[in-house]
Amino acid sequence: MALEIRDIHKYFGPVRASDGVSFTIESGTLHGILGENGAGKSTLMKILSGFYEADSGEVVLDGEVLDLRSPADAIEAGIGMLHQDPLVFLPFSVLDNFVLGSPGGIHLDRSEAQSELARVSADLGFHFDPAVAAGDLTVGERQQLAITRLMWLGAKVLIFDEPTTGISATQRVQLFTTLKRLAQDGLIVLFVSHKLEEVEELCDSVTVIRQGKVVYEADMPVPSETLVAEMFGKIFVQEDHASIETGAPLLVCRDLVLDEGTTHIEALDFEIASGEVVGLAGLEGSGQRTLLRACAGLIDPTGGTLTVDGTDLTGASYRDHLHAGVHYLPAGRLEEGLVEGISIAEHLVLVSDDASFFIDWKKAEEVATKEIDEYSIKGRPDSNAETLSGGNQQRLLLAMIPDEVRLLLLEHPTRGLDVESAAYVWTRLLERRERGTSIMFASADLDELLRYSDRIVVFFGGDIFAVRDAAETDGEELGYLIGGKERV
Amino acid sequence: MTRLRLAVPTLVSLFAALVFGVLLLLVVGAPPFEALSLLVEGSFGSASKISATLLAWSPLLLASAGLVITFAAGLWNIGVEGQVIMGAIAASWVARVVPGPGWVVVPGTILAGAIGGAVWALLAGFLKTHGGVHEIFGGLGLDFVAAGIATYLVIGPWKRAGVASTSGTDIFRQEAWMPEFQAFGVGWPVVPVLLGLASVALVWVLLRGTLFGLRLKSVGNNSYSSFLLGIPTNRYLLGAFALGGALAGIAGTVQVTAFHHKLVPAISGGYGFLAILVVLLAGFSAALVAPIALFFVAISVGSTQLDLRLGLDSAFGGVLQGVIVLFVMFGGAFAARRASWSRSTQEEP
Repeated sequence: MALEIRDIHKYFGPVRASDGVSFTIESGTLHGILGENGAGKSTLMKILSGFYEADSGEVVLDGEVLDLRSPADAIEAGIGMLHQDPLVFLPFSVLDNFVLGSPGGIHLDRSEAQSELARVSADLGFHFDPAVAAGDLTVGERQQLAITRLMWLGAKVLIFDEPTTGISATQRVQLFTTLKRLAQDGLIVLFVSHKLEEVEELCDSVTVIRQGKVVYEADMPVPSETLVAEMFGKIFVQEDHASIETGAPLLVCRDLVLDEGTTHIEALDFEIASGEVVGLAGLEGSGQRTLLRACAGLIDPTGGTLTVDGTDLTGASYRDHLHAGVHYLPAGRLEEGLVEGISIAEHLVLVSDDASFFIDWKKAEEVATKEIDEYSIKGRPDSNAETLSGGNQQRLLLAMIPDEVRLLLLEHPTRGLDVESAAYVWTRLLERRERGTSIMFASADLDELLRYSDRIVVFFGGDIFAVRDAAETDGEELGYLIGGKERV
Repeated sequence: MTRLRLAVPTLVSLFAALVFGVLLLLVVGAPPFEALSLLVEGSFGSASKISATLLAWSPLLLASAGLVITFAAGLWNIGVEGQVIMGAIAASWVARVVPGPGWVVVPGTILAGAIGGAVWALLAGFLKTHGGVHEIFGGLGLDFVAAGIATYLVIGPWKRAGVASTSGTDIFRQEAWMPEFQAFGVGWPVVPVLLGLASVALVWVLLRGTLFGLRLKSVGNNSYSSFLLGIPTNRYLLGAFALGGALAGIAGTVQVTAFHHKLVPAISGGYGFLAILVVLLAGFSAALVAPIALFFVAISVGSTQLDLRLGLDSAFGGVLQGVIVLFVMFGGAFAARRASWSRSTQEEP
């Protein structure tokens, strides 16, 4: 038996998420799929598991071309996927979760299901109390439950999407033992990850995906540097670093403890000088957003203090942070920045600090025309936010940043922008640092991090992994650090 | 261009609803064109009928204007019915206890109605902002409580001397009635109509020309973005509830002081729920509320003629109103879907 992926294409508008992916995996293999954020791993796995339909290409299992139109089709064909967050209905019992989604009619034979659960889980070496609510299980146990269920449904291919996120070290060991056993029993196990160490430890073979294409295939072991190079591509041009005289500390974190979901940042001692630019590197969900949101006042620290410009803001509200000159620009431009159905002029009225009760629309239009011109926004004062392109939405957001802002917190400030727009955004941002504004930004683009930061903080697994001076590091080292490894 | 694109499906849907209504009349064995002309005759056929239609139009305008405000803030203010009832109760209290001439009592009843409706709406509002209860459930619950209070007052503390009857309280003294203006041999509800039109104008101005309205719209369209922009979202949500509730409460005042002249258990006349249909049909726009509300009350008032002349139950009017709204909303959703289909072929999903 073999799983064959033949020339899969999947486009989202202009984005080529899968751009002609082909590879074959033999049964009994534990196969790693490596790639950085947005490389196209998830899209490919979603196609395999029936969540997306490919635009073209074929999935062949055991010589049979599969017609995958829904997750149910995939499971019937023998392909099961375990999501990062196991899809488990928390208030339901273990047994109910087990039988949920099983084929069959309205009749539900609980006692039979219970003996099946006992049988399959014993085979796998798991043990469950069928009556316990799934919400009382740990994330690791939920994974085991999901594996048990897929095996019972007859899975021949199991896809694990970043399965080690949020589970304990012991559970990780247990999970890896299970994965190896499943492969030995003749299953095809796909292990999707961005963590180099895990792939090196676990996998028999590996496929590296970059920009929707397979760029590298090999049997393990392979030297780490090869994998890093293939994941991120080469070429990190180190430009002349525009270093600037930075001032007194503006943001000061002392023993800061942050908790959000699976992210736990312990005892962070950290300062940003006035005029300094700090880049936050790391794979998505490694803790960068948590730090940004905490500095914006959207998460209360569980310990320590946070001061901005001498004002203690620990535990203060978001609006207090705003008044203290902290401005947060999240990644979702239209979800957590702009408002659909509201025009450019109206957005500028909303953020202006001298708007009167009755809006002077003539003045509002003049202001909008001026900002549109100054920030080269392609749109009219009465254009609604959702009609603007991503780059123009970002320009509008820039135009909405108050003049007197002290600390700018940005998430992926140039994501999805063309080169010209990205450069423009940074020109405007760097102008502000000359006036003493500090910038902290998260980015997945190593080039951007190296080019614009003074210092780079690397996150891994929900905590800060390393801090580097941008001038003294390079893309290769960052690649290692992001994967949770020091350069050897 | 966009206006036209929005208007075409609405007109097609209205036509389809009309065809459906005709078919329905054929099914129940009534002559469809005679029935439709009776609807018109019943609502506009004589001076007294026009006056009755205008009197029914006023509370619907007020409740609809209130709903435009809460819808702008993104709220499904199903509690509007209860807000009308509490406005009516508060106005009745003033009409019963406050002595003095009309120019004291009548403004008093209007103010009391506004306060009653606003307080009731704020209850639903606080349940939402501070209790995490969705305004649909909070509002619906409060609707039942308000209806219960009205019935309790009518058969309990405010019962007519000697008899406890669900037919209502004693008639208020004449000074508490909203004044009518006599012309063409009938009394005209000038004050209620002015209140109704003024409420629509107020809402139109608020939403179009003020910072309050713009922030409200912003909160309604995306409350998280608005919060990040520094707008105190909860305060605006509560403001919308209070204002919407006040207008609905004045609709209650009109019901007790201009129409029934007493408190009855079913005092709202269903205008709260009907207003939801009106505002949905108006596409949440204040400017369209007035003509659509007039169209709806014309159907309601006119349909009493169906009963008298054709032996058709007057509920047919309600059926027709519901069908129109369903058809228009379906047409709108269909048009939106087609638009997003044609967009998704060019853009990322």
